[in-house]
Amino acid sequence: MPLKFVENVKADVTTDVVYMMCPMHLLKLEEMMKSLEPGQVLEILTDYDGALEDIPDWCDKTGNEFLGVEETEDIYKFYIKKKARQT
Amino acid sequence: MKIRYFDHVATNPLREEILEAMLPYLKEEFGNPLSPYELGTRARTAIEEAREKVASLIGAKPSAVIFTSSGAEANNFALRGIALARQNKGKHIIVSRVEHHSVLNSARFLEKSGFTVTFLPVDKHGMVEPDTLKKAITKETTLVSIIHASPEVGTIQPIKELSAIAKENDIIFHTDAVASAGNIPVDVNELGVDLLSLAAHQFYGPKGAAALYVRPGLRIVPLIYGGIQENGRRAGTENVPAIVGMGKAAQMAKAELPEKMKHVKKLRDKLIEGITKVENVYLTGHPTERLPGHASFCVEFIEGEAMLLMLAAKGIYAASGSACSSKALKASPVLLSMGIPASLAQGSIVFTLGSENSEEDIDYLLSEFPQIISRLREISPYAGGWGNTEEKGQCIPKK
Repeated sequence: MPLKFVENVKADVTTDVVYMMCPMHLLKLEEMMKSLEPGQVLEILTDYDGALEDIPDWCDKTGNEFLGVEETEDIYKFYIKKKARQT
Repeated sequence: MKIRYFDHVATNPLREEILEAMLPYLKEEFGNPLSPYELGTRARTAIEEAREKVASLIGAKPSAVIFTSSGAEANNFALRGIALARQNKGKHIIVSRVEHHSVLNSARFLEKSGFTVTFLPVDKHGMVEPDTLKKAITKETTLVSIIHASPEVGTIQPIKELSAIAKENDIIFHTDAVASAGNIPVDVNELGVDLLSLAAHQFYGPKGAAALYVRPGLRIVPLIYGGIQENGRRAGTENVPAIVGMGKAAQMAKAELPEKMKHVKKLRDKLIEGITKVENVYLTGHPTERLPGHASFCVEFIEGEAMLLMLAAKGIYAASGSACSSKALKASPVLLSMGIPASLAQGSIVFTLGSENSEEDIDYLLSEFPQIISRLREISPYAGGWGNTEEKGQCIPKK
């Protein structure tokens, strides 16, 4: 599936893992998502190229919605929407 | 022979209580902090408790403390990590000429890697003047690193004033507080710094544990790559016993600091008064803005290493800022940058005091020192003077 690029997404919470070692981008993502309310959007900032595959895959596996990624000069900004509560 | 230890800036003895706290982690509590079973989680908890204690010593949030293996590593990490993280903003950094080699040589490495470095001059007391920093700042400057207290001359820099200048210009400020943390009050918010290095063995903790404070939210490129220890910022299986020891040492240092400062300052003042009574001996560093347990001097016509050996023969352990390398006498760059002539800088001698030093230790030192100096001067080829080849330095003349 081609990667979805987005711009100007509004996030509820931001977490910065730039220069932190792999797999901090996934561990931090998991930790932050737990603290979010369903429907809220997380922004995760990273310079790690591997995240381009890992984060969409993680969303697929966990059922959270991958809104897309924005590429800036030196980092990536990923946007993930927390899935609705299971009824 | 009784040993009188006056070299606390080199290192400190490990306190018994600290060793006791460490021992379980050298024996049965050997788990890897990343292991998910209990043995691992207990080690993890011990590290986090130590982090809280170290953070408390410097008035920081625990999450802002990254453990390293030494003060030198913390300084390398700060300089390289910030210079690289901000190189898109600019490639100019500023350090003083009286930094520890771990800062100076990191700056030189960056210089070779395409950065521009300004080495700030100091005054005759080894102090950086805030105006000098202001003038050195360019649009390209991303980082300033200035040592908190000099291990060689004891001078305490006006860090609060210097960091404010950096902040006004949106520049990151690091201070090497290895010689000061645990010896004088050190508070990251009070000092206004973004990064600060400290080492456990400077306040009765073990070697092998140190830390870098990194202001929350500040990006820093790792120095050591690997696993996710220290929140993915410093890889390598943690030195759990040493980190636990550092935590205990930080807790004790914080509790005992006012008493310790009072004790060593009293001894230091007596020591300075006694030593400067000897002919042609000068105090180096700032007369008042100096570490409370730090007394450093230049002794004319003799060489530091010779003094150290003669003192050691009497059970007195001290340090010298000068290093005698083979036949070529090499003077300390710190003393030279203060305007002290190379010849006089050869006679550098540094006494640094700790809690366990007593007044009787000082009396003994003061009774032995003049004789050692006389004896060395008798055999010194320079006893008649330096041959007037150099101007007299800017040491503070003895009273």
